[in-house]
Amino acid sequence: MIFEVFRRERKGQPFQHAGSLAAPDEAFAEIYAREQYGRRQESVALWLVPREDVHEIDEFPDEFEMKYRRVDGYSIKARLHEARERAGTLDMAPGAGGTG
Amino acid sequence: MSDRTDLLLSLADDELVLGWRNSEWTGIAPFLEEDVAFSSIAQNEIGHARALYELAAAELGTTADELAFDRAVDDYRCAPLVQLRRLEWARTIARHWLYETADEIRLEALKASDDPEIAGVAAKIDREEAYHRMHAEMWVDRLLATDEGRSRLEEAVDELWPYALGVLDDELRPELRRRAEAKIGRGLPDGPAVPRGVHEAELAELLEEMTMVRRSAPAGARW
Repeated sequence: MIFEVFRRERKGQPFQHAGSLAAPDEAFAEIYAREQYGRRQESVALWLVPREDVHEIDEFPDEFEMKYRRVDGYSIKARLHEARERAGTLDMAPGAGGTG
Repeated sequence: MSDRTDLLLSLADDELVLGWRNSEWTGIAPFLEEDVAFSSIAQNEIGHARALYELAAAELGTTADELAFDRAVDDYRCAPLVQLRRLEWARTIARHWLYETADEIRLEALKASDDPEIAGVAAKIDREEAYHRMHAEMWVDRLLATDEGRSRLEEAVDELWPYALGVLDDELRPELRRRAEAKIGRGLPDGPAVPRGVHEAELAELLEEMTMVRRSAPAGARW
């Protein structure tokens, strides 16, 4: 079995994926995870998840290329500049040195 | 030498030599995760040896390193069980489990010692040994679960049983038999123990190899 290992580095921090390990069952996985991810006191807690229990999603269709939905697809700065130009308020923009 | 240092050296020599023997699996264990785990267990044993040697060294006016590496073969007090070279996995697991089971009984007695240093170091060691026992018992369960595994383990346990008895003083041996028989679900052979003080030929070879680098440098060299 393959187990995905998540580790918490310090109390209060989120668990983050640390890697994976192979073990015949959960009891072996616990020992191996302790040795590989905990023996240097580098973790305060571990989560072990059998890989087959992970529900993976790896398709995100975007047939119409709706760039404005993407976090990196829409430059607000350029649009704002254009809008201010049209409205004649460029000098009121923060940092423009206007009287605003 | 006092009974106290004699006891400390017996414990330390057991842990050092078993740690060394277990480390012989580093790089060639049955699979990668086991390699890491078994190597880490070996390192822990050597760490326990160091803590015990330091207590003895304080009393004898020497250092842990000198006790670990500079004594003559006949001065080592380790049980013959840990001296044997067993490069076969079922035997390694049998020895690991028998030793950890015996060590648990011994540590229980030491934790109740009137000597606060000995009781303290025993308690510290026992907290790590708990994971070694978990590891050993898990492997025993796994081997017992199949016919082939059971027959290999039983053969190895029967062969090593007189050596396992030799880890403990007389009065603690019945408890080892009770726990070991309960775990594997059958009786273990009768017969005399192979006691501490008997030196297997493998011990001299092991010490030769273990001290090779240290002997290559002038006495007092710092590392």
